[in-house]
Amino acid sequence: MSGTIDRAELVADILADRGDDLLVVCGLGSSTYDVAGVEDHPHNFYLWGAMGQALSVGLGIAIAQPEKRVLVVTGDGEMLMGLGSFSTAASVAARNLSVLVLDNGHYSETGGQPTHTSGRTSLAGVAQACGFTNTGEISASTEFASAKETLLNAEGPSLIVAKVAIKKYGAIVEPQTRKGHYIASRFRMATTGEGEAVLG
Amino acid sequence: MTENAIDWRSDIYAALRTHNIQQVCHVPDAGHAALIRNCEADNGMTVVGLTTEEDGIGVLTGAWLGGTRGVLLMQSSGVGNTINALAMPNACRIPFVTIVSMRGEWGEFVPWQIPMGQATPDVFEAMGVTVLRAERAEDVRGTVDAAIKMAFDSNRQVAVLISQKIIGTKDFRAEERVL
Repeated sequence: MSGTIDRAELVADILADRGDDLLVVCGLGSSTYDVAGVEDHPHNFYLWGAMGQALSVGLGIAIAQPEKRVLVVTGDGEMLMGLGSFSTAASVAARNLSVLVLDNGHYSETGGQPTHTSGRTSLAGVAQACGFTNTGEISASTEFASAKETLLNAEGPSLIVAKVAIKKYGAIVEPQTRKGHYIASRFRMATTGEGEAVLG
Repeated sequence: MTENAIDWRSDIYAALRTHNIQQVCHVPDAGHAALIRNCEADNGMTVVGLTTEEDGIGVLTGAWLGGTRGVLLMQSSGVGNTINALAMPNACRIPFVTIVSMRGEWGEFVPWQIPMGQATPDVFEAMGVTVLRAERAEDVRGTVDAAIKMAFDSNRQVAVLISQKIIGTKDFRAEERVL
């Protein structure tokens, strides 16, 4: 089942006034549109493939940058492909790692087929059982503030599942967000001060 | 093993230290067991046990984005799990090193290990990963050094295949009841 939260509004709320110590990884598909739609920030890393890997990428960054907060923003379909990474992130006890799943219960990019979160699977339940420190589900905008506090400040690993409405996206992001070599190099330089500039 | 035998597992560990490898991802394999223990005992390394090999591609992409270097240790049977994830370091031109202990290529007694073992070099090469093979214990150190240099100096994806000849052929039949 999909929910009623406006996903773009939620992501804009979470990322409003973002600090320099927030690093964001987005899953392929609509979550990249949501995050890049707020701002194509150099501390954003967008996946356009490798489905199922968003949380693992966030985990690697969280280990490398323990003083910074890493927020993974992804969808239910992408997360369902990487369920094992909940267990891995919890086992490493990544305290600075948070996950926001924009759960509309459907594969929106491929024709709207229902995902298993429309059925009997609870991603918050899976993450909790895997050992995540904080897990929760939100279904209304009145819960944005507490979700934001958990995602940005709580000792993790933390997961918030937001029950969002189905939303149709056009091509709303800059084509450069698809150029992995540019986005990766920009992210690394902005985060560590190391690396070489790559033209978009 | 004779007294003069080359300790290739310690050689890999020494190479990881020399090249400042700080994240070691693995799905365990008997061939890598001693190396994993050495890495776990090293305060300068974070060892990440994975539930499936492709997650190591994600973790190591993140490691590089965050300014550190890592490697993925796995068995040849896990290589097939990594295929689509390898698009990420390729598209992002991110250094990636994996050290693969081979099964299914030399005296293998489990038929299920043979297809993936035989396909491992082709699968890597089809995904743009450079394959370097170590066929003798004395070649392991130099091969791992070369792979790490190629990967991190040239933003390449490189796999080191440790031959089953070096690891030794596992055979449980001595302990099995033959029916």
